[in-house]
Amino acid sequence: MNYDIVIGLEIHSELKTSSKIFCGCKNEFGGEPNTRCCPVCLGMPGTLPALNKRVLEYAIKAGLAMNCRIAGFSKFDRKNYFYPDMPKAYQVTQHSLPICYDGYVDIDVGYETKRIGIERIHIEEDAGKLIHSSTGQGSLIDYNRSGVPLIEIVTKPDLNSPEEAKILLETIKTILEYTEVSDCKMQEGSLRADVNLSLRPIGSNTPGVRTEMKNLNSFRAVQRAAQAEAERQARVLDSGQKVYKETRRWDDHKGESLPMRDKEEVMDYRCFPEPDLPPVYVDEDFINEIQASIPELPGMRRERYINQYGIPKYDAGLITQNKVLADIFEKASEVCGNPKLVSNWIMTEIMKRMNEEGEGILHSYLNGDNFGQILLFLDKGDITHAAAIQVIDVLLETGEEPIVIVERLNLRVQRDESLVANTIKQVVNSNPQALDDYISGKKKAFGFFMGKIMAELKGRGDPSQVKEILTKELQRYL
Amino acid sequence: MSICKKTVTETAELLRTRKISADELVKEYFDEIKKKNPDINAYVTICEDEAIKAAEAAQKIMDSNNDVPYLCGIPMTLKDNICTKNIKTTCASKMLEDFLPPYSATVYKKLLDSGTVLLGKLNMDEFAMGNSSEHSIFGAVHNPWNTAFVAGGSSGGSAASVASNLAAFALGSDTGGGIRQPASFCGVVGLKPTYGLVSRYGLIAFASSLEQIGIISKDITDCGIIMNVITGHDPMDSTSIKRPAEDYSEGLGKNIDGIKIALPKELFGSELEKEVGNVINDTLKRLESRGAVLSDCSLPTIENAIHAYYIISSSEASSNLARYDGIRYGHRNERAENISDLYRKSRTEGFGQETKRRILLGTYALSAEHQDELYKKALKVRNIITREFRNAFDEYDIIAAPVSPVTAFKLQENLNNPLKMYLKDVYTVAANLAGLPAVSIPCGKDKKGLPIGIQLIGKPFSEKLLLNVGKQIEMEAGRLEII
Ligand SMILES: [Zn+2]
Repeated sequence: MNYDIVIGLEIHSELKTSSKIFCGCKNEFGGEPNTRCCPVCLGMPGTLPALNKRVLEYAIKAGLAMNCRIAGFSKFDRKNYFYPDMPKAYQVTQHSLPICYDGYVDIDVGYETKRIGIERIHIEEDAGKLIHSSTGQGSLIDYNRSGVPLIEIVTKPDLNSPEEAKILLETIKTILEYTEVSDCKMQEGSLRADVNLSLRPIGSNTPGVRTEMKNLNSFRAVQRAAQAEAERQARVLDSGQKVYKETRRWDDHKGESLPMRDKEEVMDYRCFPEPDLPPVYVDEDFINEIQASIPELPGMRRERYINQYGIPKYDAGLITQNKVLADIFEKASEVCGNPKLVSNWIMTEIMKRMNEEGEGILHSYLNGDNFGQILLFLDKGDITHAAAIQVIDVLLETGEEPIVIVERLNLRVQRDESLVANTIKQVVNSNPQALDDYISGKKKAFGFFMGKIMAELKGRGDPSQVKEILTKELQRYL
Repeated sequence: MSICKKTVTETAELLRTRKISADELVKEYFDEIKKKNPDINAYVTICEDEAIKAAEAAQKIMDSNNDVPYLCGIPMTLKDNICTKNIKTTCASKMLEDFLPPYSATVYKKLLDSGTVLLGKLNMDEFAMGNSSEHSIFGAVHNPWNTAFVAGGSSGGSAASVASNLAAFALGSDTGGGIRQPASFCGVVGLKPTYGLVSRYGLIAFASSLEQIGIISKDITDCGIIMNVITGHDPMDSTSIKRPAEDYSEGLGKNIDGIKIALPKELFGSELEKEVGNVINDTLKRLESRGAVLSDCSLPTIENAIHAYYIISSSEASSNLARYDGIRYGHRNERAENISDLYRKSRTEGFGQETKRRILLGTYALSAEHQDELYKKALKVRNIITREFRNAFDEYDIIAAPVSPVTAFKLQENLNNPLKMYLKDVYTVAANLAGLPAVSIPCGKDKKGLPIGIQLIGKPFSEKLLLNVGKQIEMEAGRLEII
């Protein structure tokens, strides 16, 4: 049978506030285990939470950037369950009244734009980390992450393919980076997603039974897990069996998922209002202040690039997907004055390096200013294409100013007419065979001379000037 | 008269006039503790060395400084659910038998800042669950008036220590009457402040939305003086309230002409023991002769308060006590085979029977299947009761009621009938559900010679008025002293 795939995502993102959600401990990744904790985030008897107002601000910022409505009144609840990494044996979260609700995010699927509903965004606390000891002697717990602020973004089940799920996650990551509420370092677990997926026979209106796959921490894992789960459910349904509502764990190495707990065991979290935290009241002024601080978001920026700089939609889309890259593009365009050239170089030279070495290049010596200077040299014909690449290489290593590199390595195009003319004469004279070939009509010989001359000029010749003088020189023999 | 019988006010005067030094004073108290505590069992931890050092330090301050805090050198003590850094805080539970808090409760810090000296920590019902102080791994607290009787609970150690002069004053906690009822049973003053007036930071939680730290003192004036120290907004407790400071010890005993006192008929019914009712009515009449205006009133839903209270407090307790899992601190079974076995065995061994009963009750009341009919319904009852109080306070200044329908009962008498025990709390739990301040003032004794207390409940933040009216009662009835 053929099925429609129905997917919703629950995305957890750590907020990059300077301190934790309910205490003054530093909110930073890593560190010696159990050094960023205090009685409060260790849940010691008698301690109480005090909400970090920044967390509220960041959550509202994320909500506004995803077109959500902001609740004037929201509150916290306790979600009770035992787990060693959770020191209070409950998680403080917003179960019944979230801070943000009813929003949407637009995603680009091929050439179409699709609107995905955001059901809610709520605030909660992260747990510690269980470390299975390398000696196999029991488990260790690091509570440094305990009490790190999180938002959970719950989408409506508006996604209809594993690819859409991946694109949505990419889009939301970009929004969180643009608004600077999260680092979204997926390899550090600061952005992770749960995939809820069900199948529905095409044409049917009855929703299928959904499963949940937890804690996927790469775009690829989200897409692969969704794909594999859709195929698994289809096999189950095709064989006349039932899909069970269950939580599954995705194993990215094996490329398969397994049920996480017994099907019979339904978790009852016994949620109830957190008595230690008063309800949260948010007024218009506070919301307006946050609204005013939201920067231009990727979608708007892309449109502006197309209109203002005249670069292709595809290029604009890719460049704006990464805020740092987009910032580099904009600055470089301003410095060199030729946005199309900048966009071409980003789409080729920079993207190539990002694919090979990751995003590190965006946080290196290279910035919009020096990148623009290099391209300005190129655009004015002061250096060649090959030289420009060489300047980038050196700059990434030494961090020198482009002008310094160009001068030090003598990369400026050689335009001294008598010097160029002499070099050409010399090359023509010392290659009689090629000259004969040229005279006898073999036009290939012209290319041979060009190569020889450019080599003799150490790559610094201006090709059009060399071509012009060489043509004149050879004319004399015809 | 033993110096330990003196009130805070009297003792402070002796210290100020150099009639006694702070370290001599503390030594007197330890002599008294060593003599009487074996019979009463109020203290579970005695901090003799630390206290003598602290007293010497306090004396130095008094010798070298003119601007000395009023309470400097005053010996006091704390219920064992108030965290004291590096001093055992057990909640009278095997679960926390060896627990050394890494931090101090806000109230303890405030008391230290004001120069008081901690003598030790006090016995109680395990995790403050109970009204007789019999549910303790350290054994029951005995009533100083007659050691065959209970001291009340859960702050039984706090009330018994003050009544038997083993501390100048004590702090306790009141979740459903935990300060007022033992104060009444032991013949001392017990105040539960308005919810949010005193920081709960460092009070080991039983039922967060109901409980407050409060005072047990020898008289009303002392209570006001200590209120001045322990109240105030605390950024560490998000439920603590920002409001201007008041002087609770000022103006006590001033004219109460025209103060309107209401008597809810639901709390003066047939369950009230005759002797207790008579003493209370007598006390009220004397207030009337001092100018108060008495009226009957009705709080129709208050009869359901007890059900709402036990459901809400147990629900919160089931969550608050979940952290005792044997992983980070507290009792841990060493023979567990896996993680759930570790939880199960550690908790089975670590908690007493009453505590387990409440955890089970609360877990059931919060379960998805029963939450609507139990927990959520209890919240509705709580709202109605709060509204009924608000309406009553539109007309009246104070609501007067018994603290308990009976005087102290015999040890063991009710231990096997938890329901009967629960029902006795009906007079006190409503003030916790509505977050209102309430004070218990000794007003007489029964034929057995056991103390009787009267309860005054006020509007939020009306502690000054309660203490002032309480002072009138004290002036009429006199302090109850064990001879
Ligand atoms: Zn902390």
